[in-house]
Amino acid sequence: MYSVNYHRAASVADAAKLLKSGDAKLLSGGMTLIPAMKTRLAAPSDLVDVSHIKELQGIKVSGKTVTIGAATAHYDVANDEKLRKACPALARMASHIGDPAVRYKGTIGGSIANNDPAADYPAALLALGATIVTNKREITADKFFKGLFETALKDGEIITAVTFTAPAKAAYEKFRNPASRYAIVGVFVAKGKDGVRVAVTGAGDDGVFRSKEIEAAIAKNFAPDALDGVKVPAKNLMSDIHASADYRANLITVMARRAVAAANA
Amino acid sequence: MSDIALTVNGKRISGAAEDRTLLVHFLRENLGLTGTHVGCDTSQCGACIVHVDGKAVKSCTMLAVQASGSSIVTIEGLANGADLHPVQAAFKEHHGLQCGFCTPGMIMTAIDMIARHPEGLDEATVRAELEGNICRCTGYHNIVKAILAASKTMSKGSKGKVKKAA
Repeated sequence: MYSVNYHRAASVADAAKLLKSGDAKLLSGGMTLIPAMKTRLAAPSDLVDVSHIKELQGIKVSGKTVTIGAATAHYDVANDEKLRKACPALARMASHIGDPAVRYKGTIGGSIANNDPAADYPAALLALGATIVTNKREITADKFFKGLFETALKDGEIITAVTFTAPAKAAYEKFRNPASRYAIVGVFVAKGKDGVRVAVTGAGDDGVFRSKEIEAAIAKNFAPDALDGVKVPAKNLMSDIHASADYRANLITVMARRAVAAANA
Repeated sequence: MSDIALTVNGKRISGAAEDRTLLVHFLRENLGLTGTHVGCDTSQCGACIVHVDGKAVKSCTMLAVQASGSSIVTIEGLANGADLHPVQAAFKEHHGLQCGFCTPGMIMTAIDMIARHPEGLDEATVRAELEGNICRCTGYHNIVKAILAASKTMSKGSKGKVKKAA
């Protein structure tokens, strides 16, 4: 790791100020950033640690509205009783990110700011039609996730929370790479008052995306059978040593079918 | 450089280290606590797991300065003199190790796992919870046995109320 200057922010305003120094980066759980720094894929001059900021912590559920602080760890999302009632699909998804030690440290804000094309949270937030709240504005998930490791965040902008309306039904199913355990294909389905939204991670060559084919098929009949014969085009899907685009295209339908079944269970 | 103040295995420690110093290196090189191991160094194998404020985390994926102000328990902090911690005793009894390199991390993970499952553990849960700990001797069978046995002993010892050990 190259030399770096560490700063512990006391508040969001403090973090915004510290972020102006040199080529600074925000540090939350560090589960991606620190490994990237160790391999010198990332070399920020300064780190601004936001994990001790109280206002970024915790989960609020008010009626159907769920708000999750950006520095809330996966472990806390997985085990929050109110969230488990309001949106069990999201809590369950968080309980399958990485491993137990990673879930204690990794945070929702860190995950979506990084926007890894195989991360779980981007699919969840896109399917839930969530809003990403920053210290400057609110951004819909549709506009937030821009591509591989790309988001709508501008320099100096800090995610403070994520908010969404709990759907009537939702579920997430992923087919994991047996070695890395990242999603080769992950599909989050959500059925809310504005209809059905289906988001796919791990497969798109430009990151997370909504599958129009799956959404159209289950919009009227939210049942696994509604996906009989539905094909997702392999165009714009990733091909790598783990899976071809055709294989991923097929897996999207398979995972969607399982997710719909789980959402109805 | 930053000043680092920690409570390690119940003792207050203060020192200074470069900001880029990983917690595992601070423990091993500054404090001489070499029971915590560096295995893969890529956040996957769990040989470096220690408890930071009661949570089992990978000390190769955390800066020492990030942990400043925290209370840390390492493998050296478990036994009370010659009396092994119940999880250590179970690993010994069930031969939950071959080369022993992954053992400190396995034990720190096991204690955290048992504390989070006061209702008891089954084999499938133990195996799933060990996702972040790799044993390259592939000695999982006896590791799982040891954790199941320790979970039973510890819930008996506290009449079903297992408290966090760290």
